[in-house]
Amino acid sequence: MWEKVQNFASEFFVTGDPLIYGADVSIAVTLIAVITVLTYFKKWKWLWSEWLTTVDHKKIGIMYIISAFLMLFRGGVDALLMRTQLAVPEMSFLTPDHYNQIFTTHGVIMILFMAMPFMFGLFNVIVPLQLGARDVAFPFLNSLSFWLFFSGAMLFNISFVIGGSPDAGWLAYPPYSELMYNPGVGQDFYIWGIQISGIGSLMTGINFIVTILKMRAPGMKLMKMPMFSWSVLSSCIAIIFSFPILTATLALLFLDRYAGAHFFTLDGGGNPMMYINLIWMWGHPEVYIIVLPAFGIFSEIVATFSKKKLFGYKSMVYAMMIISILSFLVWAHHFFTMGSGADVNAFFALTTMLIAIPTGVKVFNWLFTMFRGKITFESPMLWTIGFIPCFIVGGLTGVLLSVAPADFQFHNSYFLVAHFHQVIIGGVVFGYFAGLYYWWPKLFGFKLNERIGKWAFWFWNIGFYLCFMPQYVLGLMGMTRRVVSYGWDKGWYEMNLVSTIGAVLMGIAFLFQVWQIAHGVKHRNANLDTTGDPWNGRTLEWSIPSPAPHYNFAVLPQVTDQDDWWERKLRKQEGHATPAPAKLEPIHMPKNSGIPIIMSACWFVAGFGFVFHWTPFIIAGLAGVAISMLVHSFNYKTDYYIPVDEIVRTEAKKGRVTG
Amino acid sequence: MKLSKAYKRLALVAMPIVLLLMTGCTNNIIVLDPKGPIAEQQRDLMVISTILGSIVVVPVLIMTAVIIWRYRDREGRKAAYTPRWEHSTKLEIIWWGIPIIIILALGVITVKGTYALEPSKPLESEQKEITVQVTSLNWKWLFQYPEQGIATINELKIPNGVPVRFEITADSPMNSFWIPQLGGQMYAMSGMAMTLYLQADEEGEYWGSGANFTGRHFADMYFDVESMSQEEFDQWVDEIKATSPALTLDGYKKLVEPSTSQVLAFSSFPDQLFEMTVTKYATSHNHGLSTGKQDKPQGQQEEEEEPSMDHMGH
Repeated sequence: MWEKVQNFASEFFVTGDPLIYGADVSIAVTLIAVITVLTYFKKWKWLWSEWLTTVDHKKIGIMYIISAFLMLFRGGVDALLMRTQLAVPEMSFLTPDHYNQIFTTHGVIMILFMAMPFMFGLFNVIVPLQLGARDVAFPFLNSLSFWLFFSGAMLFNISFVIGGSPDAGWLAYPPYSELMYNPGVGQDFYIWGIQISGIGSLMTGINFIVTILKMRAPGMKLMKMPMFSWSVLSSCIAIIFSFPILTATLALLFLDRYAGAHFFTLDGGGNPMMYINLIWMWGHPEVYIIVLPAFGIFSEIVATFSKKKLFGYKSMVYAMMIISILSFLVWAHHFFTMGSGADVNAFFALTTMLIAIPTGVKVFNWLFTMFRGKITFESPMLWTIGFIPCFIVGGLTGVLLSVAPADFQFHNSYFLVAHFHQVIIGGVVFGYFAGLYYWWPKLFGFKLNERIGKWAFWFWNIGFYLCFMPQYVLGLMGMTRRVVSYGWDKGWYEMNLVSTIGAVLMGIAFLFQVWQIAHGVKHRNANLDTTGDPWNGRTLEWSIPSPAPHYNFAVLPQVTDQDDWWERKLRKQEGHATPAPAKLEPIHMPKNSGIPIIMSACWFVAGFGFVFHWTPFIIAGLAGVAISMLVHSFNYKTDYYIPVDEIVRTEAKKGRVTG
Repeated sequence: MKLSKAYKRLALVAMPIVLLLMTGCTNNIIVLDPKGPIAEQQRDLMVISTILGSIVVVPVLIMTAVIIWRYRDREGRKAAYTPRWEHSTKLEIIWWGIPIIIILALGVITVKGTYALEPSKPLESEQKEITVQVTSLNWKWLFQYPEQGIATINELKIPNGVPVRFEITADSPMNSFWIPQLGGQMYAMSGMAMTLYLQADEEGEYWGSGANFTGRHFADMYFDVESMSQEEFDQWVDEIKATSPALTLDGYKKLVEPSTSQVLAFSSFPDQLFEMTVTKYATSHNHGLSTGKQDKPQGQQEEEEEPSMDHMGH
């Protein structure tokens, strides 16, 4: 009996690597610490009723962003482990198996469990405020989206200590990801982690499209909507068309692995090329899904910190919509070398190049927003300025990659690795950081220390260039991606060492950011944002107190202009009479619900059962999901009204007089 | 000013990178040092597209720096400030126009290049081409010379100045066959044979690798490439025929098992081995559902199918 248990444990838990044991210990210690603190300070009830069951878009957004930061840490540690392994030739810091797992989890985590939740977090906290709305269109669904994402992310992450991580690359190309070559549970964790969180992403896409189309404040025509909200709309359109492809693709891979189907296997009529096409039909739009909102953020920030209207508003809108559509027509440029023939390659090379046009237009528009402006260099603007040259160079190398016949030499090399890190770090990560610094006072009611922020900025930027510029050269030296080590004879030594140093600098930059946040929390009372408008903003979110009251707007604003809040401030300065505040009315709000977190936990159980083929878990989990749905369907007490006197009290506490 | 300090810092960082790029490793940048017609044309395309891109990128980078510097907020600034200026049809036509023109030019070059460098297109040459059949195995490369009747593992020798027709397949997860100095890569996939024409114009030693991840020892899938005169090549073939063992079907099955390998040579190989490898997976399309249980254990070999050429020439 004991032997049986031992055997099971040695297969169930990942063993044999000191790094993993270290992680086991730190996970256990952290868990115990969290539980102890919560119990000691009697915070369980608070945690449950204020956060875990909340349907408030701002709190959900904050939970997304916290998760994203945790995942950034995890993915960053993966990156540092990889760069350590590659620092010098013939290194044996990591075994090939471990290295393969780490580059796989690094990619999956950074794109799906870092960038996506970071983006959804910013959607959540800002879009309703910018639109002058009280919440998103479907608050319950919003909470469910978050918890599904969280369950998926956790399921994916436990593979690190239980069962073993996936090791087939972030897109898990078959046949390598099929049972034939990959019999462990790692790939199943991959499938179910992404599947569960992917459903959440799809629902978020739907939620925000409806929010943007139906919940705008009276008077806010689409063409008066802030640019960030436009970017969210374009991104969500791409989400609702691409995520179903991902879901279907992974479901087919799951059937191959679980039920012995032959969609992508080598035998039985399977076709791995089909998977590669399908996964990139999602994968390429996905890249634009995460970068479009960053474009929106930069547009807001450039206008605010140049104290000038955004140049070429309409051009920007068209450019984003064109990118959103074109992003579906370029997927095959990820495998020009698969032998599709000149016709196919020429088509996809051209569509890829076309994207450079609207993207280039956006850069010009940002530049001409700054042109004849009054630029100041607070953190959000600093990140925006750091972004522009980085993205221009990344865009140029992207165009080089799109030249199909030349891509035969770039493909799968470090040139490609350098390119996509440049556009994803330089575009997406810098963009979300800019957004986070910009909206931080609105989220939490206090400002962060600019000095520490500048240190973080410079470490990030210097580290970035040191890390990735050498990788372009490495690609041209013939170094392919995903190699665990390399010999002394190739002459890749110097460039790899420089690259590793750069990665370490980015790691230090992250520590500065953690310090900045800790410092900000500690000294928050000295840096309170009492005005609600710390940057002299232009859009509606700055018209309300920081942090926003849970109903956002005591009275829904009447919008007349594009930068409505800016125009209102101008009119006031010019001495126009401010219209008398409208009469307060009771506010209709959604009620908290525990069902999203419970239902997602059931999904987690079912997913775990699918991974290990434990049928009781699958049945229990899915039954839990069904029961949760039933209970919610028959729950009619989903909303309530905030009485007028409570609104008056809340507003007074935030220093606002109401009529 | 704050910003000038920032620029100094940036310059401090940029300097060592530029120096490194310029001095350290120029002779290792093999993609830009082609030794055959395909790699050469690909290098030219890279250079042309970089120049075309730079026509836009360099001025924009300079413009960015100038604008940020000139319009920074400071006391006593003389530069204009127009907070409501937000539209100019003329300007917007210019910057929709410039990228369109550049992309048009690049598009024409790319489409032409795509057809000219289509990898399955035979190279024009007075020399008669030779064929090398490439199989990606876990984790080694098998090269078969059907015309010479020999085979090698992890070593590729080709006659100089002669077009080589590579037929590429895999008896392993998808890989990619890449010899950077001779030309771009081509995926090696089970169940089909891809064609890639390459040629070396200079005698010398190069190397190739697997470029698409295939598992544990993927990083060991390098192979030596040597381009030699026709006489030396013939001599090498004769030597292998005289001294090396034959590759049997059983021997091939051993090779397919996951492992790394030294350089090996074989004086002969089973008839139609490459075609069998290709069709092994391809022909199961016809029988897939009738053979009952389909879960095959790892690395199982099935030579039950008739060798067939139907699925060649993808």
